[in-house]
Amino acid sequence: MKIAVLQFGGSNCDHDVHYVLNEVVGVDTDLVWYKDDLEGYDGAVVPGGFSYGDYLRAGAIAARAPIMNSLRKMADKGLPVIGICNGFQILVESGLLPGALMTNRYPKFRCDWANLRVENNVSPFTRSFKKGEVIRLPIAHKEGNYFADEHTLSKLNAQDRVAFRYVDEQGNTTDEANPNGSIENIAGILNEKGNILGMMPHPERASEEILGSRDGKKIFDSMMEYITSL
Amino acid sequence: MLPENDLKIITETLGREPTEVEQGCFLNLWSEHCSYRSSASVLKTFPTTGERVIIGPGDDAAIVRLENGWVLAIGMESHNHPSYVDPYNGAATGVGGIVRDIISMGAKPIALMDPLYFGPLDNEKNRYLFEHVIMGIAGYGNCIGVPVVRGEAYFHESFSGNPLVNVVCVGLAREDKIVTATAQKAGNKVILMGSSTGRDGMGGASFASRDLSEESESQERHSVQIGDPFTEKLVMDATLEAIDQGLVLACRDLGAAGLSGASSEMAAKGELGIHIIADKVHLRDDTLTPFEILISESQERMVLEVEPGNVDDVLAIAQKYDLIANVIGELTQKTQFLVEYKGEVVADIPILFLCGGAPAAEAESISEQVQPNTSKPPIPTDLKRSIINLLSSPNIASKEWVYRQYDHEVQVRTQVKPGHDAGVLRIINDSQGLALSCGCNPAHVEADPYSGGAGAVIENVMNLITVGARPIALVDCLNFGNPERPEIFEQFKQAALGIGDAARTLGIPVVGGNVSFYNESDEFGTAIAPTPSIGMVGWVDDLGRIPGSTFQQTGETVILVGATKDELGSSEYYSLLGEKDIGIPPSVPEQLERTVNTLISVIRSGHITSAHDISHGGLAVALCEMVGQVGAEVDISGMLGRPDDTLFSESLARMLITTPKPQQVLDLLSGIHCKQIGTTGGQDLIIRCDNEEVKLTRVEIEEARESISHMMMD
Repeated sequence: MKIAVLQFGGSNCDHDVHYVLNEVVGVDTDLVWYKDDLEGYDGAVVPGGFSYGDYLRAGAIAARAPIMNSLRKMADKGLPVIGICNGFQILVESGLLPGALMTNRYPKFRCDWANLRVENNVSPFTRSFKKGEVIRLPIAHKEGNYFADEHTLSKLNAQDRVAFRYVDEQGNTTDEANPNGSIENIAGILNEKGNILGMMPHPERASEEILGSRDGKKIFDSMMEYITSL
Repeated sequence: MLPENDLKIITETLGREPTEVEQGCFLNLWSEHCSYRSSASVLKTFPTTGERVIIGPGDDAAIVRLENGWVLAIGMESHNHPSYVDPYNGAATGVGGIVRDIISMGAKPIALMDPLYFGPLDNEKNRYLFEHVIMGIAGYGNCIGVPVVRGEAYFHESFSGNPLVNVVCVGLAREDKIVTATAQKAGNKVILMGSSTGRDGMGGASFASRDLSEESESQERHSVQIGDPFTEKLVMDATLEAIDQGLVLACRDLGAAGLSGASSEMAAKGELGIHIIADKVHLRDDTLTPFEILISESQERMVLEVEPGNVDDVLAIAQKYDLIANVIGELTQKTQFLVEYKGEVVADIPILFLCGGAPAAEAESISEQVQPNTSKPPIPTDLKRSIINLLSSPNIASKEWVYRQYDHEVQVRTQVKPGHDAGVLRIINDSQGLALSCGCNPAHVEADPYSGGAGAVIENVMNLITVGARPIALVDCLNFGNPERPEIFEQFKQAALGIGDAARTLGIPVVGGNVSFYNESDEFGTAIAPTPSIGMVGWVDDLGRIPGSTFQQTGETVILVGATKDELGSSEYYSLLGEKDIGIPPSVPEQLERTVNTLISVIRSGHITSAHDISHGGLAVALCEMVGQVGAEVDISGMLGRPDDTLFSESLARMLITTPKPQQVLDLLSGIHCKQIGTTGGQDLIIRCDNEEVKLTRVEIEEARESISHMMMD
């Protein structure tokens, strides 16, 4: 099994994900420059950072980079793809996931820890969790305020495609627990086939006890289990 | 304009009048900012060597040995004047500059710290500067993926017309991969890589060496560089890739004095000359004159010394990252700084004269002996109110509104996060790491520059010890007013002596830093409070034994280490009472070295569950800050004459620790001033002092500490 971590100019969580997958999760992982392709990989992570400096609009330029065609083909084959933070923004900008990520309600960058409720525990990325389980992951973004129109939203809910919501410690979706103003406290969503996950929180920053939580590792573990099962 | 005396010396040495281009080079390279002409005699007194020091002051950054072949690059810079004129870009490019200093040593930047000093937040303009400086730091640091793990925000009237923006950056490298700014060999090519050269940041070095006037805001805007963090990230990745492949022999970032500075200093360090073809510099605007090309401080540019046979490989790396890179000249045996433009020689200067020929400025100093006024304010009728007021003073209140805006977790190293005395990064597996702290107390320094300078060292040492770190090096950023004024130069000298003496006593080498003079404001008619800000790093040899910063368990013993003296002069307590001129300021404690060494072994013993340094606001504030899930009951009666003295004294080198094994800990502390003051437990903090009892709930404490968020968000 081999995983690709995409690298655009300005990606800055690429090495973090690469390290966590290789050293903590224990899966063979390469960094793949945006001018190359994804032939031969069994899954991909679009990491966080500031691809192209977030100039124009977060994720907008990377969404048009050559490697995205290759990523689309990979997703069409049913292989799993996670976009984290800027990676989520890129997946939304490229149309692989619906909706938009707007500037935070309090319009500043926010680096903090958030409680998330696992809404769907059957996806390739969440199968190691219990449904409704509350997990802790860090967030770090300025444009993480998820928005979708009513039609999209009802489809996301009906098809069980909301992966995570921001909640308080007890698991309630309160306004106070919502760090960025996302509609319905949405923190991560899946595509229709369920093999693409986009999420604002950073699982790679919560994969080791020394950094405060290992909840994030379960997301990668789930993804590897899924690939093995294919 | 060059000072008359400089022009005379230059004309005599060259045997002719310098050309316009040459004058530009001298004006910037001989500026205070680049040449340290006023401060060099004082800086010489610092202890700069030590077992771990591989490269001390004088290069782009210092190099300090860690463990297992790892070394740390560390540097500190100010970007004060630009941040007043254009707070967003001034602060952003301050980050960019120090990050490139680290990169040019071949080290990957792994953390930033930002000590910041502003006028009071009840003023709208100060709030604007504060908000936009932080946005600039966040906008740049977050984008390039270097976590800000520690900072300081301090507020004082004297910073209203001249805020201070200081930045520390540290980077990690393998010892055998270090590159320096010393040119290696004549005949090697010099490559300029990164952003194009434009008209921004013209003469920034000489701008930094003047006072700020009201006109500065409009007229000096062109002196402020505009940051492009995306290009910085590419320059960082490309430079480190080229260095990692062994293609780079020397490297320097283009900062103060632009290309003229970086290229000449690099050659001069190697006792070589350099021949630059200015036409080869990639321009943003082709109407730039050779004068402008040489002194432009456009950001995100590096010069690299490369063997002729490796030039193509370096250019290929630049191309991978879509960066422009050109060979702009070569190193020469003849030690001249020679610049050619359109076939004509526009500068031809002996290079060692340009870099190092600036005559030392003779600064005078006057010391004023002032007898301390030992009168006291009335005893407060409501001690609880005094404590709440202190907790909500912006100098003491939580800085969460600030650090939430910085990505402090990128690079997955940050074990102890902002909001604690020191930040901690894991470096070697999960076992060993680096602790970081920064700042100083300008009020203490103003009251007594020598003790205040020493106090800045002591305060950072104590911060590092709370996480079990042994300090290994410090850098400083010495921010003062106009050194031509004797009383200011005296402040500078005394503060530097204080820093040097404390560093020497504690065996901590001063490995680098910078001096920022002329922090004065015409607008307000003020010079800043003297601010010798410090960045300090320490080594933690067991990341599994880091105490918490709040009370952890019920039933543990609270111990106060260090002597509390009647030292309330320049304290935050007196400052809030409006009493700026009374009281004795904190002094350097006796037995400092022994206290420090003992405390390090106590924390490392594994018996300590929480530890917190006592600083702004004294013992009362430190106790409040330790209340989290668990409270405590303490009795601090009989320590000083009055309860407010005991609660709010800011005596140096004190710490609160808790332990479930008091006897073992007190044994380890034998011979050190310490006192068992109470027990953890309950939800609240109860302080008994003489005949007074104060009770504070966690909610009351937290609410008081949120004042900055309220001021900035409501």
